[in-house]
Parts: sequence; structure tokens; C-alpha cells
Amino acid sequence: MPEQVKTEKVRYNRMGQRIVSPDYLLFEAPRTKHFITGSEAVKEAAKRASVDASISYPITPQSEAAHMLGELWREGYIGVYFRGESEFGVMSEIAGCAMAGARTITTTSGPGTLRAMELFPMWAGSRLPIQLVLMARGINSPLSIQPDNLEIYFLLDTGCMVWHAETAQELFDMIIAGFVVAEQPDVHIPVITAIDGFFISHTREAAYLPPEDIALPPYDPYKAPMPPIDMEMPPGRFMRDPFVMKSNYISYATHASWQFEVRAAIERSRPYAKHYLRGLVEHFGDPEGEILFIASGTAAAQAKEATQILIHEEGIKARVLRIKTIRPFPTEEVREAVKGAKYIFIPEFNVIGWLEREVKRALYGYTDIPIFGTPRVGGGMTMPPEFIVQEVLRIIGKEVKHVG
Amino acid sequence: MAKLGPAGYSPYPVSVTEGVLTPPPGKALMFNEIVDEEVAMREAAKAMLTRENPTIFPGPQVLYAWNEEAKRKAKFVRKMAEVLGAKIIPMYDYRPKYPKIDPEKEINPNHPNLTIWHNKIKACIFIGVHCHYANVALKIIRAETDCFTIAMCSMAGHEDAMITLRDQHSEDLEKFIRIAEEVKRELGK
Repeated sequence: MPEQVKTEKVRYNRMGQRIVSPDYLLFEAPRTKHFITGSEAVKEAAKRASVDASISYPITPQSEAAHMLGELWREGYIGVYFRGESEFGVMSEIAGCAMAGARTITTTSGPGTLRAMELFPMWAGSRLPIQLVLMARGINSPLSIQPDNLEIYFLLDTGCMVWHAETAQELFDMIIAGFVVAEQPDVHIPVITAIDGFFISHTREAAYLPPEDIALPPYDPYKAPMPPIDMEMPPGRFMRDPFVMKSNYISYATHASWQFEVRAAIERSRPYAKHYLRGLVEHFGDPEGEILFIASGTAAAQAKEATQILIHEEGIKARVLRIKTIRPFPTEEVREAVKGAKYIFIPEFNVIGWLEREVKRALYGYTDIPIFGTPRVGGGMTMPPEFIVQEVLRIIGKEVKHVG
Repeated sequence: MAKLGPAGYSPYPVSVTEGVLTPPPGKALMFNEIVDEEVAMREAAKAMLTRENPTIFPGPQVLYAWNEEAKRKAKFVRKMAEVLGAKIIPMYDYRPKYPKIDPEKEINPNHPNLTIWHNKIKACIFIGVHCHYANVALKIIRAETDCFTIAMCSMAGHEDAMITLRDQHSEDLEKFIRIAEEVKRELGK
């Protein structure tokens, strides 16, 4: 019997990039160092993600990322790209693309998010794995085009996963992971990958990227939990038959069950997100730290700097629990992390303290450790690490020795 | 899922809120336990062979000849019904129906309880139903009925069913039929 020759089946996407597994792309492929902005991280991630469609509308600070996605279309990496009529138009049109079986990405910021608000629960309820990159800038009024992440709060209960990146590097990795997790058949809901606008979108930092001639496997819409639109399921079928148009003919239980199912899908994303994000949280600092910061995004970066000052200049044991996923919220990880802490501080770049609410809900009845929703800044104010340290020292009743 | 219904509405019967997720690849979920697929298949067969008015609810993915796999599966569904002595009531699409469904002829994800109540079904198998609609229906069934639900899913499974088998393709249906025949003999049926 002749010796069998092994052949490896190599697949390519429409751009001619070699298809690789998500694990290879995220964890194994060799990476080279680049100096990029958060906006460029969006472009570099989409370039390697076999994206079918992207639709844009300008609003600061995400306009540059949207513009760069357009460049990817011109270069052939993205199949369809156009400018919508408004944010509402964009989010509607991108839903149409996703229903038709396309892998989709779009971007928005601040008031544009609210203008499109009606569509986010519709995406989730229609089980569309759309990726929205949110470059947060705050909500009017007063008008702000500064770093502020108030709008993330508005998105928390839309039925979408909400992830919060700290750096351009993490945004790059989260965008790729976002497609993979969102498209799992038992998840299959939208993912919102958020960053703090300007701080991440407009500043350069070192980021390590895999080669640009490899990419994610294409999206397979036939694994979707709802039938995609095709010749058997034309759009008219969708438009004619949504149950909300026949609300007299369904049970109220349908609506309740449907909504619970969307939330259940977020919960099912946990094991996938844990794998592809290497955990839903990151630990930083002295593991025995009595001062515990719980933070996400840029606030976590500042809390890490403050932790270094507390440890090395003030002689106080401190640590940071950085939350990567707000939905699903890492309740178990937070409960585990607070063990040994004497004070919990939650610094945030918004005036309402949405992360403080989330943490308090997770810890209600679980711990007596005092929780301080501070420092909290908004409207573009900065949060220097020294300011965080001063707040901590003031609250725990220690003399401010090194910071003034 | 944690237990047989009817669970009522408060809290709404959603298994993930009780910490029950879909089983990992290669395993099955039986109530709130991860078990070997064969163990779950035996219990599923036993439930179908011993409870009243067992019924198979085939969905669009096995009712229509989308592809060769669908055709193969459809034949196994018919064979399965013969072995289990089960009725077949289709979920042929997902639209709410004017003015209401005929519960003897179909089941619908928007009010699956009507079909189960009308036919006094105490055990059922979901197969070929798109995952979202299966999940919506399974929650309602657990809220409102005492039907023992079994989900045979070609994807990741359904934690709201009492027994869920994942990655079920035609060869797995064949295996389930063999196991059901064994269980039937053991039960002296």
C-alpha cells in the first residue's frame, strides 16, 4: 500500500489572507512592534478579521477610526463600506448587513450613541453578532468632546456584551476576540468594545501585532441561532412577521422569555470571553494589598500608577482589580478579589459612577468592606495618579507625605 | 436546567441564573449535571419511553431538505419516533399564527405550552429548531408545564432543557436510536 501523503488544506479569504484559527491569531502568531493610536488599532484588527461590511457616520472622537475602516474597504479588506445618513441609519443598516449573514463592525461616540440607542436592544433581540467600537466621549449637555465615558452606562442593559479596553493593544486584541465570542452559536449577540476616547483613540503607544497576511475564519451565518436572510428567508419575511406586530397573538411569556434568553446569551459568553481575553479581570500590584482599586479602562491605568506610588513612596500595600468585561460582569472574580482588602476605591471617568453601582450590586450582602466611589471626574478632567493617592490617604486618615 | 416545571414566573426559569451553562464539547447536560453523552441518551430514552404522550418536535433544520445532512436527520427522526412510540408534531416555522395555532398539528415557539397542554405531553424532544427559538420555547415550557424536555442540538446545546445533547449530527441520532432500542428492551416494552 503506497504511503499516504499528508496534505494541509489552506484556505484564503477574499483579500487573499491565509485563514488561521482564532487561537493562532490571538496567542500564537509571531508579533512585531508598532507605534499606533487606538484608531489605528481598530483598523489593524479589522484588517485581520475577514470583515464583510462596515458603515460609518462621523462623530468625534471615532471619526478617524471610521475613516480608516473606509481605507480598508478601498484596499479590499472589507467587502462593503458606506456612510449612513445618521447614527440611527448606520445602526439600522449594519443590522441589515448582519441579518443577511455579514460579519460587521461599526463605530460611534457620545451623543451618536444615544441617537442610535433604539437599535442596540434590537440588535441583541435579533441575535446579531455586530461589533460596535465605542470611543467614549460623554453625553450632552453640556456639550463635551472630551474624555468621559458616561455613555457606557446607557449601554449596559441593551442586551449587548460590553467590554472595556485599557490600551490600544488591548483594543486590537478585544476586537478580534469580540468577533469570535459574539459569533459563538450559543452566544450570538452584539459586542460593544469600548475605550475612553482621546486617551486611547488619539494617543500613540507600542502595540504588538501579528502579520497582516493572516486573518480570522469568515463568519458562518448558518450557525446562527436564528435563520439568516437568504433565498428561503427573504427580508420580507422578517419585516412581516416580527412578533411585536402581532402582539395580540403571542403570549406575554414570549416577550419575557425572549428577553431572558438574550441575557442568558450574555452569561453563556463567560467561558469564551475568559479564554479569548485571558480572564474577565486583570490583577495588578501587591496581592496582599489592603487598598484595592476596582476600575476599568483608562481609570484602571491611572489606578495602576497610583498603586505604584502607594507601594513605593507611601509604603502602603495596594492593588488593582481591572474589569475587562462589564457585561458579563465578573461577579465571582470581584468577590474573590476583595478578600483581604480593607478599603475599596472605584475611580471613574464619569460623574455617575456606573462601575461603583455594578461593584456594589455584586458585593451587596457579601462584604462589609467600605466602598468609596472616588475619585470621580467628568467632562474631560484628568485624573492624575497623585490625585488618586491624595484621595486614598485622606479617606484612610494617613498623612500625605510624598504627594502634594 | 435545575428541575422539572412548572416553575412559575418568579423568578423566571432561566437556567443560567442558577449557574447552569451549556455543556462542554463531548459532554451532555442532565438537569444541572455534566454527564457523559451515553448516560444522558439513556435517561432521555427512558423519559420518552415511560412518560405519557411522548412527542418529537422537529424544526426547520430537519423538516426541509436544506442539505444532505437534513435529509439524513429527517429519516432518523422518523425512525426515532417509531422506536420511542412518539408522536411527531412539527415546529415548521417561527411565526406567530393568526388567529391561533392548531395545537394538534403544530407547535410554535411563541406559545409552545398550548400544544403541550392540549396533547397532555409529558416528554418531548426538540430537534432541528434554531437555537434562539428553542431557548425561548424551552423557558416557557418549564415555566408553564411539567413536560420533560430533551434538546438534541447540532450546536452547543440548550441549558433550559432537562437533558441537552450537543453537536448532534446524523451519526449521533443513529447512536441514540440504538440506545433507545436497548432501553426499550430493558423496560420490557
